[in-house]
Amino acid sequence: MARGGWFRKQSRNGAAEATVPDGLWSKCPRCGVISFARDVERNLNVCPKCEYHHLITVEQRLTLTVDENSFVEMDAGITSLNPLAFPDYDDKLNSDRAKTGRKEAIVTGRAKIDGQTLLIGIAEFGFRAGSMGGAVGEKIVRLLELAEQENLPVILFTASGGARMQEGLLSLMQMAKTSAALARLDQARIPYIVVITHPTTGGVYASYAALGDVIIAEPGATVGLAGRRVGNQDMGAKLPEDFQTTEFQYRCGMVDQIVHRRDVRGTLGKLLMFLTEARTYVK
Amino acid sequence: MLNNPLDFEKPIAELDDLIDEFKLASREPEMRADAELKGIDIELQIAELETKREALMTQIFANLTPWNEVQMARHKDRPYTLDYIRTIFKDFMELHGDRTNADDPAIVGGFAKFQGESVVVLGHQKARDLKERQLRNFGSARPSGFRKALRLMKLAEKFSRPLIIFVDTPAAEANLMAEEEGISSTIAICLREMSVLRTPIIVVIIGEGGSGGALGIAVGDTILMLEHAVYSVIPPEGCAAILWSDRSRAPEASAALKLTAKHAAEFGLIDEVIGEPLGGAHRDHPLIAESVKSSLSYHLDVLKNLSIQDLVDRRYSKFRNMGRWENTDITTAVVHVSSSD
Ligand SMILES: [Zn+2]
Repeated sequence: MARGGWFRKQSRNGAAEATVPDGLWSKCPRCGVISFARDVERNLNVCPKCEYHHLITVEQRLTLTVDENSFVEMDAGITSLNPLAFPDYDDKLNSDRAKTGRKEAIVTGRAKIDGQTLLIGIAEFGFRAGSMGGAVGEKIVRLLELAEQENLPVILFTASGGARMQEGLLSLMQMAKTSAALARLDQARIPYIVVITHPTTGGVYASYAALGDVIIAEPGATVGLAGRRVGNQDMGAKLPEDFQTTEFQYRCGMVDQIVHRRDVRGTLGKLLMFLTEARTYVK
Repeated sequence: MLNNPLDFEKPIAELDDLIDEFKLASREPEMRADAELKGIDIELQIAELETKREALMTQIFANLTPWNEVQMARHKDRPYTLDYIRTIFKDFMELHGDRTNADDPAIVGGFAKFQGESVVVLGHQKARDLKERQLRNFGSARPSGFRKALRLMKLAEKFSRPLIIFVDTPAAEANLMAEEEGISSTIAICLREMSVLRTPIIVVIIGEGGSGGALGIAVGDTILMLEHAVYSVIPPEGCAAILWSDRSRAPEASAALKLTAKHAAEFGLIDEVIGEPLGGAHRDHPLIAESVKSSLSYHLDVLKNLSIQDLVDRRYSKFRNMGRWENTDITTAVVHVSSSD
């Protein structure tokens, strides 16, 4: 997809405006440079100086990724319970529901890219740091089961602190639950593409985020199992500057391509073409 | 006699010492004579102390806190995977290596006979003395460990051998080398492949079920858990650090995380709690081995009566139904709880 294509879309729908902090000026959390907010926004919320990819909302992501007006949300009412009666969890859920206007840390649904129907899930990092509890696991598995039934490709955009601590062992099991659904998708030979965005860690990185047929990642994202601090604890070894980033994981063979935000949509379109074209031979 | 008593076990250990002294005295003619001279009835003393000990044991172990359960699960005298393999199985033949670049001593496994039948058995391996503990990386598996485990699982599938897995790990290794070698990816692949493995899988959580490092080899048809084992999404110390920036508040975090066997059963995440001898598995290795053996034997018979397709479908449903959520969409409102509730 040509660059100009979604520039027009973005200006028409205007969803991006809402997230640029503090009105006129925007300070980059990585390089500290203060830019004209509209320049950052026009640059898809990527820092014009250092290419830092700011967090963006689910709406912005959809605008950047799928055909206009093609997205239809599913299972929007699914939300977490507090099965452990974990201290303060109910309050945190309620405040995140109010803050994001969403019921959970992932938005799932049906959409089109270049006219091709697919199923898509986008992490809402603003909701409990995108963490995976029972509701997130259920929404992902419903999406994957639907993909199997309807033979539709799946794209997941990940951004998560990992399994949701406040749901204890029940949330750990979501790693197995989502991976089991992916095993079925795998056997049914249905394409599953992962787009890793900042940050993707813990139990999410060690389950569905690492199981894509193809895994692409935005530059500069934090990507790893434990936080840098945890992994660092008892090691004499000096950590590389880019430890647990997209670039590190790419170097180690965990990511197929590092893709700038402006190229994600085009890359997905191309991948879908390769993965869904009618078979050239019959097995 | 414990080598490494926990704080709350110390009153028992003191009584044990006292009882041992009296027993020694009863065997030594000189000391016996001395005691009689002083009017001390050694046998009576021993009997009284043993009654007292019995009462103390019951009292202490009936009132363990969740943090005490974490301590029990990490007890240095607790039987480890190889202890179970040596007592429950025959003809264990260890297999090594991940066929990529390493052999991870934190995971052991191989062929063995279980009640006359060939099986594949594997598990995390901790150790007692410092040198071996370092060798075993304290039971924290690296990517090569998970690759070895998966390799053995595929062997079990290929030759239709039941798979028996022991889980006992603080966590997966997450250092630089583990990240470089793809620890997350390896765990994820294990989760995916185990869920469709075409052979019966029984998992026993024998000590620490430490988050992804445990689950990475714990997707099974039947999940058993020892009474004083724990199974948690995050170590209590890590949870305390996140919540209160204070690792020393791990006891509070242990309570909040509901990480005991009793809770795992209540949430429908495990199939059976295997009772331990009073005072814990570490006090009677042969007895706990016998309990684990009979439980394995029962559940293996159940699983062997299912067709492979039923088995794999059941396994999918089992994990598919884990987790709690509600649907607030009024047209389809539903509250979901785990299936075995
Ligand atoms: Zn910048």
